[in-house]
Amino acid sequence: MTTAVATAPSLGRRLSNGLYRRPTLLLLLLLAPPLMWLGIVYLGSLFALLAQSFFSIDEFTGLVRREFTLSTYAQLFSPANVDIVLRTALMAAAVTVAAACMGFPIAYYMARCTGPRMKAVFYLAVMLPLWSSYLVRVYAWKLILAKEGILGWFFAQLHLTWLLDAVLALPVIGGASLSVSYIGMFLVFLYIWLPFMILPIQAALERVPPSYLDASSDLGAHPGQTLRHVILPLAFPGIVAGSIFTFSLTLGDYIIPGIVGSSRLFIGQAVFVHQGTAGNIPLAAAFSVVPIVIMAIYLTWAKRLGAFDAL
Amino acid sequence: MTTPAVEFNGVGRHFGSVRAVDDVSFAVATGEFFSMLGPSGSGKTTCLRIIAGFEQPDTGDIRVGGRDMKGVPPYERDVNTVFQDYALFPHMSVADNVAYGLMVTGVDKAKRRERAFEALSMVKLEGLENRRPAQLSGGQRQRVALARALVKKPRVLLLDEPLGALDLKLREQMQVELKALQRQLGITFVYVTHDQAEALSMSDRLAVFNNGRVEQIGTPEAVYENPETAFVAGFVGVSNIVDGAHASRFIDGAHAIAIRPEKMLVLARDDEVPIDGYRAANGTVTDIQYHGSSTRYQVTLDDDVALHVTVPNRDLSGRLKVRQAVQVRWRVEDVHRLRNGSS
Repeated sequence: MTTAVATAPSLGRRLSNGLYRRPTLLLLLLLAPPLMWLGIVYLGSLFALLAQSFFSIDEFTGLVRREFTLSTYAQLFSPANVDIVLRTALMAAAVTVAAACMGFPIAYYMARCTGPRMKAVFYLAVMLPLWSSYLVRVYAWKLILAKEGILGWFFAQLHLTWLLDAVLALPVIGGASLSVSYIGMFLVFLYIWLPFMILPIQAALERVPPSYLDASSDLGAHPGQTLRHVILPLAFPGIVAGSIFTFSLTLGDYIIPGIVGSSRLFIGQAVFVHQGTAGNIPLAAAFSVVPIVIMAIYLTWAKRLGAFDAL
Repeated sequence: MTTPAVEFNGVGRHFGSVRAVDDVSFAVATGEFFSMLGPSGSGKTTCLRIIAGFEQPDTGDIRVGGRDMKGVPPYERDVNTVFQDYALFPHMSVADNVAYGLMVTGVDKAKRRERAFEALSMVKLEGLENRRPAQLSGGQRQRVALARALVKKPRVLLLDEPLGALDLKLREQMQVELKALQRQLGITFVYVTHDQAEALSMSDRLAVFNNGRVEQIGTPEAVYENPETAFVAGFVGVSNIVDGAHASRFIDGAHAIAIRPEKMLVLARDDEVPIDGYRAANGTVTDIQYHGSSTRYQVTLDDDVALHVTVPNRDLSGRLKVRQAVQVRWRVEDVHRLRNGSS
């Protein structure tokens, strides 16, 4: 038998042992910094912004009058501003629907039909655009869509210039060239936000066991019925998650409408203009409340449809 | 002779270089309870999936109710499946799950509700129609899966280890109920299991699978009492398998043999009395396992062949001890000559 030499446990070990006996303290130490960041910096600034929207700007001095008033909101509901809101919301809705329609088949293929190697290739392909600068990609699209641009050349080679012209001659969504039309803006938005739609849908589909599809087919459902009654309901939370990204990102974006599109403003641009050049921070704040309200309504609607039941 | 409910003719299915199913042929009679028994990876589940239409055979053909199933998708086949993981749709109520097969084939709402309730009462699940699958116990989910597959009154019901996830008591109870249900409905059951006791107690006939091949098909009695290969002898129940080099005292010629432990007697060497029709060999008790209802002795014979002998525990007065000199006896007709199996 040997005598044990009592060595003092190391500092790290003593710390670990102390925290092991006080799990609440450990939890507090781990969670307090991120929660404070979230609570104070994130939510705090949001509420400061909301408060601003209930102030108004003094027409004469151009200074913010710090008194409660709804006059800024009255201004928000002027026809010109309502136009901006509707234009942005419609664009966001169109981008979201198109992204869901384009993203679903890709996500389905990724989740169901690929081996591990092919899946990695797809992940890379979907994410790769996110690695390069957003501005570079938007300007690249500007070149693609310009009057003498790649797409125009492509149509000319196919002797389809008449088709492009016919599309551009359409009222409202058309324009002098794709790069100054709503169609062009829509294409760029769709391209930029598509990964944010594909990945959540793919994750949702990945969680659907293959045996559900077998069972549906076994019970007599043809593939269309299986898609409608089993796959779509179970992928719906993923589609909603993806649409939250595409919808809210489109609602708030102010760069793409500035580069690709006409001079007609979108919400993001309106916020930019009002808080910058005009110095009308209350109206800018009121404008930025709009996407929050639209998202709240959208989420309530999605919840009522049962989007989160399967979570 | 009526058409068989299911027919396999030289069916093969390969995954890469793995032969999951290799030249399998059998026929299941209408109204029969047919089991496919085998260890995991033996091809039994692949055969079931071929009947359901989830897999296509690479060679051979299958018929369901006399009709060739080549190119027939699962949703056009008159068979329904109870899945191992039940595969209940989590976003639907129990009633909607059961009525699903009727809904997709266009049965009107009132009619399908009525038939779903009927199916649920058949599996004794009244009153749970509005629950979600997540709110049910494992046994209840199993019954919902059964009701969902039975509601369309298929020609053949396929069951893929349906009782595997249940605990022993519940499993035994479900075995009795399943068998009763099958008799009452007259539907052909094709039942996949790795549990030999389950297959023996429930089946009219069973096929023993090993390495993608069928080793033996027959009634439970035939398969148990007359195992044809070493694999069957060892997988269905317990057997003493003696290779050809040591089998001369059991059989003429150098053939591997099998004999069931409960078909043999073991006696203390000093009270040996010759019994008509029995053969004998001397040995020593090398291990004793107490099993409650019986005791299993391991007896090592003089030529180092170890045999298991199971003795019912009628009373414990005559128990033997380890290292005791004993005599083992058996009847010649209980010795089964084995042919070479695929293992």
